[in-house]
Amino acid sequence: MTITTDLSPTAEPAELDGAELDTTELDAAALVSDRQLSSTAARLGLSAGDLEAFGAELDALRKSVLDDLGQSDVDYIRKVIKVQRSLAAGGRAVLFASFFPPAWLAGAAALSVSKILDNMEIGHNVMHGQYDWTRDPALSSKNFDWDTACPGDQWRHSHNYLHHTFTNIVGKDRDIGYGILRMSPDQKWTRAALANPAIAFALALMFEHGVMLHDVEAERVLSGDKPWREAWPTLRGGLHKTARQLVKDYVIWPLATGPISAGPTAAANLTANIVRNVWAFTIIFCGHFPDGTYEFSIEETEGESRGHWYFRQLLGSANITGSPLFHLMSGNLSHQIEHHLFTDLPAARYPKIAPQVQEICERYGLPYNSGPLRRQFGSVVRKICRLALR
Amino acid sequence: MLTETLKRAAVILDAAATPHGFDSYVQLVAPTWSTSEVRGRVGHVDRQTPGTVTLTIDTNRNWAGFRAGQYVQLTVEIDGVRHTRCYSPAHAAGAGRTIELTVKAHPDGLVSNYLVGHARPGLLVGLSQAQGQFCLPEARPARILLISGGSGITPVMSMLRTLAAEDHDQPVTFVHYCLTGRDLTYRQELAELSARPNVRVVRVFTDEPGTGDLDGFASVEQLDAIDPEWRKAETYMCGPAPLMDSVERIFAAAGISEQLHTEAFTLAQVVAEAGDVGGRLVFGRSATSVTSNGRPVLEQAEAAGLAPEHGCRMGICHSCICPLTSGAVRDLLTGDVTTGPGQEIRICVSAPVGDVEIDL
Repeated sequence: MTITTDLSPTAEPAELDGAELDTTELDAAALVSDRQLSSTAARLGLSAGDLEAFGAELDALRKSVLDDLGQSDVDYIRKVIKVQRSLAAGGRAVLFASFFPPAWLAGAAALSVSKILDNMEIGHNVMHGQYDWTRDPALSSKNFDWDTACPGDQWRHSHNYLHHTFTNIVGKDRDIGYGILRMSPDQKWTRAALANPAIAFALALMFEHGVMLHDVEAERVLSGDKPWREAWPTLRGGLHKTARQLVKDYVIWPLATGPISAGPTAAANLTANIVRNVWAFTIIFCGHFPDGTYEFSIEETEGESRGHWYFRQLLGSANITGSPLFHLMSGNLSHQIEHHLFTDLPAARYPKIAPQVQEICERYGLPYNSGPLRRQFGSVVRKICRLALR
Repeated sequence: MLTETLKRAAVILDAAATPHGFDSYVQLVAPTWSTSEVRGRVGHVDRQTPGTVTLTIDTNRNWAGFRAGQYVQLTVEIDGVRHTRCYSPAHAAGAGRTIELTVKAHPDGLVSNYLVGHARPGLLVGLSQAQGQFCLPEARPARILLISGGSGITPVMSMLRTLAAEDHDQPVTFVHYCLTGRDLTYRQELAELSARPNVRVVRVFTDEPGTGDLDGFASVEQLDAIDPEWRKAETYMCGPAPLMDSVERIFAAAGISEQLHTEAFTLAQVVAEAGDVGGRLVFGRSATSVTSNGRPVLEQAEAAGLAPEHGCRMGICHSCICPLTSGAVRDLLTGDVTTGPGQEIRICVSAPVGDVEIDL
């Protein structure tokens, strides 16, 4: 179901007078803590006790999956890795004949799919620690690195910690516009926002480099908030990884495929990188920006309970409906809600528990934002354009 | 030669295969391939006696060999989770790449029961290089006494086989204790070895007096009966704690403790009661320890003046994971207890249960 816009956080909270809340059954202390916790929770009619019960149900669901993890989960991710590595090796091999257009197309396609699987279903999920329980060094969140410009360790800081802990808290979650886009009406409009569509388009094409620069916090360095000295080690790490990636895709493999195929091979590699960039951008922008996702203020999330943390993750995220193949290619980020509730459960489990999450949400009267790609992404594109203007 | 060439090529190919490395592609078709790790594949599986299994493992080219008596860390995957345990190879030390392990199923031993019940030819395992100081010196002692109990037979069997393989001709006495004759592993081979003029094999079946070469538990009288000159021997012993304790006392009383070399079994630690406080929490790498107050390991480390890497402090980001060295911790979100060396734990949501050491 999709929620209606009158519940959106952008609506003025004028009707949220304390008098409208049913306070008869709440003691004074609970009411105070409720107000401190979140005006959003109050607006949706949830008490601190409701939030606690909601959190306990999700904790129980999480535990039931954790207790059930086993060989089939490991076999699954190893199979995906095997398919991905085979596509990478096969694609590179076919590109030795890349002067021949059908070979070029096959190679570029295999590499595109390989990079998408590597980044989404494998890299993102392994680096979240979803397979740390296996104790397999090849599936360890600390060891894994992915086929993109952003070094794994930096991403684990900017994404796993900052974004997942402070999801959709305006002023704390740098994933709201990544410091370069205006993605929330609560972010101040300046003339720079006029460039929103152009920046978003460029970011889609260069997404891996955008992600790489994310942890450097380039916009804070430029504005003088963050000293160069502090940003440099991060940037150096990012540039080092980027250089290795560039050498691989645009020097080693083109040279290896010989003088006739060198140019077409480089072009195929560029194509694969761009296809992956645009796809990752599309899926990831549908995670928190579609209509109906909520944002939170720093004040209302201070000292929040575990139940409220779950509540915020649910309201700040949006799912995309689709086929099993679509879920695989999106790294199951099409189940962004389940991912944000249970970051470290193997993502292939998300489709299986989604009906239970949805059922819990229905019982608590909470919205569960889900829709097909064209609708979710369409609303993101509209938001990018709308927020450019006001 | 071929390996060296391949290894050199692998360095170049790593740049072409970045970030996953060349190995990960070769492993698609050859799972035991690695340019650095020791990996192996189970060859023969022999269940000599009830509750034991003897495995041969064909290692890859990274195996650097071992000295008789040393142990290896063996890693197997059970229901998707890797588990590592120490086992002493029982084969003669030498240049070969095949190692032999004999594993006895312990009542609560996850790995030992798995191997005894499910090991089959073709099973892939991870290995460490050989480790440990319990081994025969390169200059072989003039008189050697080997003592083992139960599954402690493997390192001393390796010593005995190594000496036999090099046609060592000085006196060697081997005393082995087990419950009954049916529990004796390497029965046939021990009989053959005892035919050598310099080798004496003494089998003691403690639960069935009169069926072995001698009866009863280790004592001065028994040692005198085995070899009146045992006080002159360099002695190598591996077995359960009661056997080790009594022999250590005998050697101490004789004033020759420095001639006794021992290797204890390491059994999994017993998990303490829930909500345990007051245990010793050791931060191994920082050489710091505190008395546990039951709070998460991260908090206690910070209170002790350490600054571990961490992020969310609520168990979601995995920035703080550290390996457990020994002991057990409780996951404060699920209540689950985690134990076992090398287990990665999230220190922000894990509290110690009893005595714990963290590699931090």
